[in-house]
Amino acid sequence: MSEPTRQLHPQGTQERNRPSSSRLRSWFQKLPVSALLWLAPLIFLGLFYFYPLGSILGISLTRSQAGLLDPFIQALKSASIRSVLWFTIWQAILSTLLTLLVGLPGAFLLARYEFRGKSLIRALTGIPFVMPTLVVAAAFNALLGPRGWANLGLMSLFNLESPPIQFTNSLVAILVAHVFYNTTIVLRMVGDFWSHIDPRMAQAAQMLGANRWQTARYVTLPILAPAIAAASLLVFIFDFTSFGVILILGGPRFATLEVEIYYQTISLFNLPLAAVLSIIQLACTLGLTVAYTRLSARLSRPISLRPQRYTQRLLDTWPRKVVAAAMITFLLVLMVTPLLGLAVRSFTRFETAGAGSPALQGVTLDYYRELNINRRESLFYVTPSTAVAISLGYAFTTVFLALLLGLPAAWALARAPSPEAPRAGEAALVPAGSNPDSAHPAGGGRRTSAKIMQGLDALLMLPLGTSAVTLGLGFIVALDRPPLDLRASPFLVPLAHTLVAFPFVVRSLTPALRSIRPRLRQAAAVMGASPGQVLRHVDLPLVGRALLVAATFAFTISLGEFGATALIARPEYPTVPVAIYRLISQPGALNYGQALALSTILMVVTAAGMLAIERFRIADVGEF
Amino acid sequence: MAGLKIDQVHKYYGETRALAGVTFHVAQGEIVAVLGPSGCGKSTLLEIIAGLEKPTRGDVLWDQVSLSGVPPFKRNFGLMFQDFALFPHRNAYENVAFGLLMAHRSQKYILERVIEMLELVGLPGFGQRDVNTLSGGEQQRVALARALAPDPRLLMLDEPLGSLDRNLRERLVMDLSKILHRMQQTAIYVTHDQEEAFAVADRVVVMNAGRVEQIGTPQQIYLHPASTFVARFLGLSNLLRGEIRQRDGRRVVKTGVGILPVDSQAEGDVTVLIRPDAVQLNGKGACQLEGIVSETSFRGNTCRAVITVNDIDLRFDFPSQVHLPQVGEAVRLGFDPQEALQVFPSPESRSEET
Repeated sequence: MSEPTRQLHPQGTQERNRPSSSRLRSWFQKLPVSALLWLAPLIFLGLFYFYPLGSILGISLTRSQAGLLDPFIQALKSASIRSVLWFTIWQAILSTLLTLLVGLPGAFLLARYEFRGKSLIRALTGIPFVMPTLVVAAAFNALLGPRGWANLGLMSLFNLESPPIQFTNSLVAILVAHVFYNTTIVLRMVGDFWSHIDPRMAQAAQMLGANRWQTARYVTLPILAPAIAAASLLVFIFDFTSFGVILILGGPRFATLEVEIYYQTISLFNLPLAAVLSIIQLACTLGLTVAYTRLSARLSRPISLRPQRYTQRLLDTWPRKVVAAAMITFLLVLMVTPLLGLAVRSFTRFETAGAGSPALQGVTLDYYRELNINRRESLFYVTPSTAVAISLGYAFTTVFLALLLGLPAAWALARAPSPEAPRAGEAALVPAGSNPDSAHPAGGGRRTSAKIMQGLDALLMLPLGTSAVTLGLGFIVALDRPPLDLRASPFLVPLAHTLVAFPFVVRSLTPALRSIRPRLRQAAAVMGASPGQVLRHVDLPLVGRALLVAATFAFTISLGEFGATALIARPEYPTVPVAIYRLISQPGALNYGQALALSTILMVVTAAGMLAIERFRIADVGEF
Repeated sequence: MAGLKIDQVHKYYGETRALAGVTFHVAQGEIVAVLGPSGCGKSTLLEIIAGLEKPTRGDVLWDQVSLSGVPPFKRNFGLMFQDFALFPHRNAYENVAFGLLMAHRSQKYILERVIEMLELVGLPGFGQRDVNTLSGGEQQRVALARALAPDPRLLMLDEPLGSLDRNLRERLVMDLSKILHRMQQTAIYVTHDQEEAFAVADRVVVMNAGRVEQIGTPQQIYLHPASTFVARFLGLSNLLRGEIRQRDGRRVVKTGVGILPVDSQAEGDVTVLIRPDAVQLNGKGACQLEGIVSETSFRGNTCRAVITVNDIDLRFDFPSQVHLPQVGEAVRLGFDPQEALQVFPSPESRSEET
């Protein structure tokens, strides 16, 4: 009997002969492939996210003699910390309200009207959001700072000796920069949602006797509310954790939590207090992020969304055209002139002749030439062009690490059954009258695994809800001693950048990987494609573009990252943003010019990267 | 004249003409269907009547008073949208109550009226339901209740059954007609489906390319289409080129299928319609045609046969009970020219095609 059995089940025989290895193998076989895929990303997050955050928590608790909460109570009792917290909150609220004030009319215009040049305006208004904070700060400096266009113009016009506009180091500067930064969020999130709302909702209200005001109050605003709330929350989160803008444009008078953590770490070496503040900050941002995720999930509730061509009309009357032109001009002035001013200013030289007003010296490449020269000849001072090289090195390392870790995570997410309820568009496709429950024949097991996936998905997004300065502080307190001493490692900065870029990489890859269903490969094979041809004509075109998008995200994020880098970059290896920060905070026209030149280079590279992303990304509305 | 009057309404979008001098009226308590293919301008017409669009020229009047300059929310007209446009953030009750809220009715009145309306449309107890979870037919009924609740002096229905499947449509069209007639509601019913239009309307306005082709009762329109467009739109596709002649003191028309006696004042080139349902197989009738069966199809209550006469395909519908000849068989058709033929003065150039 054993002979035929062995022939039929050769594996069974092996099992008997080598029980230990086969048990291992069967354990591996039982383990879902996704578990293996999760291994590297989870180890990475464990070592470079949870371990540092745990260390921060540990340090913040070291001084606690009177219970675990004592350090936090002590910190909150301090008047200066309370005022920092209070300022952080109210400037964020004020900035958010101003952003809505500017963004909502723009969102309406872009959502409801079709006009020539609209896609260009959309693209232009998208640029500020992706700009590194340092570029934004430098741009406003070039426009409104003491050496900026506005002041230079007024000085030469009225023969003044000192700059008349006090923009930098003022609250106005902070608010304007925040509005500049975040208006895009309102334009995109609210505008996109608005553009898909059936205009017949408003018409139906009017037919039922509602005037314009009542239509807005009872119909349009309630339908838009989740989008407005989600956008506001996101803007608030960004304003709440604002760092570079406050540090450079706000000056020493203003400190948010983020800036205070930086000062406490870098200038005062008060790591325990910095850690306490970080934990407070983390609690706030994570709470806000959870609220945001909840809200954006509500955006996908079934609402009869319409293709844009049904919802948009032409600007057909003169009053409409004039109002629209005014609004577009305002948006462009706000969102494009600072960047334009920066670029042009970096090529322009002014000379203050004696005590007189500055005179235009004309176009110059001096600032760019100076980037290569080390005038200070100090050990820690490197030429700006070295900073460019360092940044590029870090950026390429980040791309490599982020893809290496992001690809398996995205693959695992894509393999799992989609945990989401049908989104708005799909829900509309379910035939009217069919039982909504029948569409989800999810068994208990599938539901559990979907829950796990949802949890892991949220886990991957955690770094997104953690401020960069907190991440940097975590690296400082956790990775400077055994078992993980990376102080001297050239990988320290790229690791931090990878952490920041990781959620973006996963988010860009997952939809593309999910879109490759086995059916597509089968279809190609049936039509006569060999496995090689399938790979070349199906998989690569679909994933290739997503890989490119993900890589570009990682690249531009790494180039522009400032919050974490400011804390962990070694002085002799500054990145471009760090170099800009050093140059702009030092006196002298030459330093200023070099800062602008570096900022311009960074701006151009970032803009080119984002343009490439827009161009190559597969339509994945609602992924962010 | 009480009711709605549409007077020489033109509408241009830039260079594109949507409406070219539309004129008709809707009397108090009358239901008028506007029938036409998509793109004929019927939805634009509704938007102009509703006040959502302005006419380029012409006027819309109610009880002889021009409505130009009156915004939509002051016209007291109701409009039931295609796909219903129910407010997704309000439940069924709140949707129906919306117009009453805007009119600042008392809470008590609103409560009673909404319940009354939901009962009228056959949805009692549906008030607290989320409109997003309702079926298509239920949404349609909520939309109707919402449009009727403020007691509009005119109700407009834009393809109200267009997005529903066929079975549901046939059932709802009867309900709709019953409700509108019971409420003596003045209404305009826009559709591209002749069966819906005929089932609901007292009178039908047939539109084509921004113009009114014909106005009449359903019977008038079906039995005496005023133009080849109307005939073809109603599915009467046997249209032949012809020429009017005198023969033996009688008027005849010479066509590709033969010479047919007609009773018409037209002269010269004409188009002749042979009604598909007024012809018998095996030649009973004053007029005879010989042809070969080239196609047959069973359609339930009727059978359709394509019969080729002198290389021209003619389509005829026969009662299902009739024994149909096989494809390839020769048949003799008989009909009464008074009943089966209609002559249009315009020359029809593409008679061979349908």
